[in-house]
Amino acid sequence: MIKSQATEKINQKKHQVMRIQNVSLSFGGLKALIDVSLEIYQKEILAIIGPNGAGKSCMLNIISGIYTPEEGTVIWKGKKREKVAPHNIAKMGIARTFQNIALFTGMTVLDNILTGRNLLMKRGLFYEAMFLGWARDQEIQHRKKVEKIIDFLEIQAVRKVPVSRLPYGIQKRVELGRALAAEPELLLLDEPMAGMNVEEKEDMCRFVLDVNEQFGTTIILIEHDMGVVMDISDRVAVLDYGRKIADGLPKDVRTDKKVIDAYLGVG
Amino acid sequence: MIYREAGQFKTSYNSDQAILPIFQDRVAMVLMLLFAFVVIPIVANDYWLGSILVPFLVLSLAALGLNVLTGYAGQISLGTAGFMAVGAFAAFNLQIRIPEVPFLLAFVWGGLWAALVGIIFGLPSLRIKGFYLAVATLAAQFFIEWLFTHFDWFTNYSTSGVITAPPMKMLGIAFNNPLNKYLLVLSIVVLLAFAVRNLVRSEVGRAWMAVRDMDIAAAAIGINLMKTKLIAFGVSSFICGVAGALWAYVVLGTVEPQAFDISRSFEILFMVVIGGLGSVAGAFLGAAFIVLLPILLNNLGSLFTGGQVSTGTISHIEYMVFGTFIIFFLIVEPNGLARLWQIGKEKLRLWPFPY
Amino acid sequence: MDFWFFLEVLIGGLLSGVMYSLVALGFVLIFKASGVFNFAQGAMVLFAALTFVRLVEYGVPMIGAAVLTMIVMVILAIVVERLVLRPLVNQDLIILFMATIGLNYFIEGMAQTVWDSNVHVLDLGIDEYAAFEVGQAFINKFDVMAAGVAGALVLVLSLFFHYTAIGRALRAVADDHQGALSVGIPLRHIWIYVWSTAGLVALVAGLVWGSKLGVQFALSTVALKAIPVLIIGGFTSIPGAIIGGLIVGSGEKLAEVYLGPFVGGAIENWFPYMLAMVVLMIRPQGIFGEKIIERV
Repeated sequence: MIKSQATEKINQKKHQVMRIQNVSLSFGGLKALIDVSLEIYQKEILAIIGPNGAGKSCMLNIISGIYTPEEGTVIWKGKKREKVAPHNIAKMGIARTFQNIALFTGMTVLDNILTGRNLLMKRGLFYEAMFLGWARDQEIQHRKKVEKIIDFLEIQAVRKVPVSRLPYGIQKRVELGRALAAEPELLLLDEPMAGMNVEEKEDMCRFVLDVNEQFGTTIILIEHDMGVVMDISDRVAVLDYGRKIADGLPKDVRTDKKVIDAYLGVG
Repeated sequence: MIYREAGQFKTSYNSDQAILPIFQDRVAMVLMLLFAFVVIPIVANDYWLGSILVPFLVLSLAALGLNVLTGYAGQISLGTAGFMAVGAFAAFNLQIRIPEVPFLLAFVWGGLWAALVGIIFGLPSLRIKGFYLAVATLAAQFFIEWLFTHFDWFTNYSTSGVITAPPMKMLGIAFNNPLNKYLLVLSIVVLLAFAVRNLVRSEVGRAWMAVRDMDIAAAAIGINLMKTKLIAFGVSSFICGVAGALWAYVVLGTVEPQAFDISRSFEILFMVVIGGLGSVAGAFLGAAFIVLLPILLNNLGSLFTGGQVSTGTISHIEYMVFGTFIIFFLIVEPNGLARLWQIGKEKLRLWPFPY
Repeated sequence: MDFWFFLEVLIGGLLSGVMYSLVALGFVLIFKASGVFNFAQGAMVLFAALTFVRLVEYGVPMIGAAVLTMIVMVILAIVVERLVLRPLVNQDLIILFMATIGLNYFIEGMAQTVWDSNVHVLDLGIDEYAAFEVGQAFINKFDVMAAGVAGALVLVLSLFFHYTAIGRALRAVADDHQGALSVGIPLRHIWIYVWSTAGLVALVAGLVWGSKLGVQFALSTVALKAIPVLIIGGFTSIPGAIIGGLIVGSGEKLAEVYLGPFVGGAIENWFPYMLAMVVLMIRPQGIFGEKIIERV
């Protein structure tokens, strides 16, 4: 395992937001992750790369708490994290997007993003049924916040369109918006650029960088496009066959022999 | 031309959130309510009021309840009639034992009991989905039917087997003629429809639709699947319970389990499917369709055959027509009449231009 | 507790369970091959039985009536495929399920419009009341025969699914309609085969049940009983249909006899469903069914 010295110096000053320690997980006979350790620092953009089947999505699921590791611990904000019910993960401040878009197909863009704020809303069936008082105010308050996100992602024109009618690239943006709606501390992006053309990728990169700068969100992304990875990430971790084989600055990882052999290839 | 939105700018989120943002829609709704509350009582005769409009309204309410569960929350249910039965019997039992209770309160009581039963039978939805869940609700249906048929306590040990529903009196007005009954049912239905409409466009409605569309993603953004599903069962069953109580008290005048059998459950499911899943208007459209179709067929039947075809055969042909319409709608427009209506409105927005 | 009585009830229940399995088999076939739960299977049983019985009443010899009915069921399969299944080929399975509910209404209505809704006696020339005597228990000969027929059908169909090319194609179709299409499996033909086979099973079930109960509208409600059988046994398993049937059949009879008197009787109506619900909570895919996996 290689850790660049440059990384150590820079990150000593930063605050660790999550720490994965010696985590292992297998499904039946298949070892998905073997003894993986990873630190995640506040406000950084970390990319997880590696060949298919290396365990990247699995890693993401461990980070977000959907999977519990068989061995090893996950330390979130300084405390060891136990098994967590799926809907409580969002309450911890972790949001994610999915590889295959998991938008709510029966709803509009606005509603999809508003739903992302559901965990911040109070519930009171009676008041909601009459749409009076605080229920109405609540809707308007949250609507304001959501509109800010819509402005940020430049999707104002389609806010009332059912998401199933939108082009793929816009749908990915909406999914990002929904993840942002809960004002997360940690944002997990599972192949956010997949299936996009160059322009769409540039837009998405811009959004990811803006989110990181403006909201201070820590971002972890799984990505296959090396250009994107090298351009926007602060650090890169490389997985191969369930093990972490490199972890450091993009330029260091790119020239690491192990990584080239396993994944990048020559050229 | 008439349906243009041009010029209707919303200057605040408040006005954008209004229940009917387009001005023409608001006008249409007001007209429709006026028509329902004022015009119909004047022009309609007892037959129309009692045999068509009131059953239509009550069944619309049941369809509304089922739509909340199946259309909005995505939990398919074949036990609707069972929950209606609970509402009817609970209301009846309360009034029999404590006659001073006003009947409206008895209806609410019936609804609450139905909600409880609905939540209990909705528990399987936490582990199973889709079609398997439908089967669990089928179990609810059969069990409830059996319960009310076999335990005399529910019918207050009536020896005749026919239990008359208690009379409905409030503030000195007896609701025993078609007109009063119509206005009573209309008010209840409009109120509950309004409530449902509000629920589905607020936080809980979005939670329901999220669970329906992609429950894994819903959990990932913090929606508690268990609570959301159980609330859906509760609200839906409450409405069905009230509908059941209305069906017994107002339409039938008796409280009997046979009125709430499995074919009733299917009937309401059909209303929801044909009317449009996930649409408040759809519940009404579907109910109208299912209530009016047999009448239409009967009249057509006697028109074409001059009364030579037995009513038995007519009802079998009705079955065939129902079945055909279900299949037709599922093929052509799985979103039902409500979607067709929406498409119609969209075309109207552009009228007289074709696109 | 009288052992022989218990045995009698148990075996009686097991045998009636086998008859449920016959009906369940039709469901499993279609579900296995297309992922669709054919709610109309009960109506098909009714329709097949009615057609057969009426033909016989018109003087057609039984073998001929059976063949003719089979041809009618194949025609039905073709029509259903063309008008219902093909237009809905890529829809959600829930939509297909509801379409089969519509189909159920349609076939029920058609069966009774075309033939009529009276009860018809179906005499297969087998004495329904003859019984074997085992110890002090009476075991109905007819039920044993029915069990034999069902067992044979299950064996043949199991072998078919596992060892023939068509069987493999059917399993591919059940997994993924579009995928199967894209490797050149002729979806339409497959569906016609499957629905025809289900029609054959429906005919056999109709004959068996029809001799017992008389051919009448209530036959189609027997199908509703098949649902708990499928839940317990697993929707995709042919042996599961048999085991599930045995469990439901014996379970409901035993419950009726031993628990029934405490709760006022007639619990066989809902007991199988309660059993099914319990199974659903513990093991949703049934005893033999395939695990239901969802990917994000």
